[in-house]
Amino acid sequence: MNEIIETGQFSEKVFKIVVSAPRIAKSRKPGHFIVLRTDENGERIPLTIADADVKQGTITLVVQKAGVSTTKLCNMKPGDKIADLVGPLGKATKIKKVGTILACGGGVGIAPLLPIVEGFKKVGNRVISVLAGRSKDLIILEDQIKKWSDEVVVMTDDGSYGHKGVVTVGAEEIIKREEINECIVIGPTVMMKFTALLTKKYNIPTQASLNTVMVDGTGMCGACRVSVGGKTRFTCIDGPEFDAHQVDFDELILRLGGYKEEEKRAYNAYLENQNK
Amino acid sequence: MEDRIERRDQEWRKELRLKTKGRERTAIQRAEMPMMDPLERVHYQDREVNIGLDLNTAGQEATRCMDCVNPECVTGCPVNIDIPSFIKNIERGEILKAAGVLRETSALPAVCGRVCPQEKQCEAHCFYLNKLKKPAVAIGYLERFAADYEREHGVAEVPEIKKNGIKVAVIGSGPSSLSFAGSMIKKGYDVTVFEALHEIGGVLKYGIPEFRLPNNIVNSELENLKKLGVKFEKDFLVGRTSSFEDLKEEGYKGFFVASGAGLPSFMHIPGENFNGIMSSNEYLTRVNLMNAAKDEFDTPVFKGKRVVVVGGGNTAMDSVRTSKRLGADKSMIVYRRSMNEMPARLEEVKHAQDEGIEFNTLTNPVEYFADEKGHVSRVRVQKMELGKADASGRRRPVPIEGSEYDIDTDMVVVAVGVSPNPLVPSVLPNLKVSKRGTIEVNEETMQSSIPELFAGGDIVRGGATVILAMGDGRRAANGMDQYLTEKYGK
Repeated sequence: MNEIIETGQFSEKVFKIVVSAPRIAKSRKPGHFIVLRTDENGERIPLTIADADVKQGTITLVVQKAGVSTTKLCNMKPGDKIADLVGPLGKATKIKKVGTILACGGGVGIAPLLPIVEGFKKVGNRVISVLAGRSKDLIILEDQIKKWSDEVVVMTDDGSYGHKGVVTVGAEEIIKREEINECIVIGPTVMMKFTALLTKKYNIPTQASLNTVMVDGTGMCGACRVSVGGKTRFTCIDGPEFDAHQVDFDELILRLGGYKEEEKRAYNAYLENQNK
Repeated sequence: MEDRIERRDQEWRKELRLKTKGRERTAIQRAEMPMMDPLERVHYQDREVNIGLDLNTAGQEATRCMDCVNPECVTGCPVNIDIPSFIKNIERGEILKAAGVLRETSALPAVCGRVCPQEKQCEAHCFYLNKLKKPAVAIGYLERFAADYEREHGVAEVPEIKKNGIKVAVIGSGPSSLSFAGSMIKKGYDVTVFEALHEIGGVLKYGIPEFRLPNNIVNSELENLKKLGVKFEKDFLVGRTSSFEDLKEEGYKGFFVASGAGLPSFMHIPGENFNGIMSSNEYLTRVNLMNAAKDEFDTPVFKGKRVVVVGGGNTAMDSVRTSKRLGADKSMIVYRRSMNEMPARLEEVKHAQDEGIEFNTLTNPVEYFADEKGHVSRVRVQKMELGKADASGRRRPVPIEGSEYDIDTDMVVVAVGVSPNPLVPSVLPNLKVSKRGTIEVNEETMQSSIPELFAGGDIVRGGATVILAMGDGRRAANGMDQYLTEKYGK
């Protein structure tokens, strides 16, 4: 268990890791996440499950190198073992037939969006996906998303692929063109904030899947708390998906930066050690 | 196990009683716990404050015990340890036998000897206290002594157990679960403990700090359970990783849920989500479970210089004393009632005071303020006065209008209680739970509304002590044993 079966690379910093976790592969549903610890000295980090293969007994994670923990993970090779992996955690996405779904994914957020898009398509929705990234190499899993979408629009900040512009530009064109019954958005917090503002303008119910600081991931610590509709909720057990129009994104952005200095210091120390 | 009365009538016990006159026994002063110097210990997160009695002092303290005909102390113990019997074994120098008596009813004597509130339990019923108006026999110190002695000198006996092959699952690995597992394995069951975190021990590991309960003590108790045949599965969340139905298919016939009161409470006052404000669970988990204060570990933790801890329980004391050890210049308690109502153990409050912790009682936070980066910088507090007694029997704190003032701070730990972890109830729609979210059980057998599911500890009580949780585990083991025996035969 917890053995890395396969690795891959989408771009300079974005990696795919397939891990043996037969029980989780069997019980996970779209929207669920896991918490892992790469080694005995590692920290516990939450990662959304991008895909699972019940027969093979594996789950797929898509990870962006950002700090010490994600770099350690991305540097692991097939055959390596992840010290600890627990899940599936969080509430599954409420998937039902509503009509037309607008699915917006930004950067590595496209990975957890994939099982959700698949789920909505399988119950008979029309699914339009908007994938966004800074440049071409940050648009991942396009073919897989296409498989479960009626239409895919790609947006890049620099125009190196698809249309030039941010996610909201692409999303608004679609909203103006046809009736959207529900929107789901996963990506960087700023991207989710502006997508929520857009869909609020058009009164489209919207779910955002939040990525917060967590320690245990089972409701014990409260590090992941977030204000939703003026109430404090725990992302790990009440989420990770919330009504995007109710989420206080500005507070969330502040909270995500809470350990920035400690993280930067740790990352520099880690890199120095690696180069020794 | 012999009867307590039979044991008292054994020849050696009779001789021992006659050997020393009652007057001589009562003339001995209660032993004092040797401890690390407060000024020195505040620099070490991982050094135990209490050092423990030596053989001589323990023998002398044991001599104080009158070996009463009707030992009231036993009625004060949630797991009914045969207290006089273990103490008299210490008096005659048979320390390993004393430890054996403890093991009959307690899976974790070295833990209980450290963290039980003996002053409210066994010692509160002591003859010395109630009849002589003298300090009680130091039962807690002696329990700790016997358990430590056994760990350091003895080879724990592994009793012959006749296996019945019936598989039972234990959910959570805190004190209630360990107590249950210890009882069930001795009854012959095939016991597996499932833990969601990456360490076994629950609150004993993530909650109680090293300076009060070293991890090696807990690990050694876990080793004893492993030797008896208890299996442990970490990183496993029952109800999620696998469902109860999956486990039944794998052959599990009984379930004991002791998943704890994991969910931290907050006060829901303005500014509470600023950075630098966290629950005591988060703070203690980072430091105790994740080793965040040590450089070689990746998990970060704030090292506040002016730390405010809100609350008056043991967890608040653990948090505030931890912050001092991690380098705070000023660590203070802010508590809304007075010193008299504090739920923390007297010993912990005393230790905290000796370490220079400041106590602001009858004071309650009402709002937090932050710097431009969103990190807490100030807490506004309000003075309180005590009104009439509330449901808990303690006098209710009432705010004094216009008494607000600000305290500068760079880190706040909120330790105002916890509520039951909702994960297990949320996957079992037929399980009866109270309004508070605790699992409802028959108090005698600890059986829930689902016949094969038993529960104990904080998921039933909502927030109690290690020893009450252990008592639940023992009762649940008896209850489940009876249930499974009736259902499947011996």
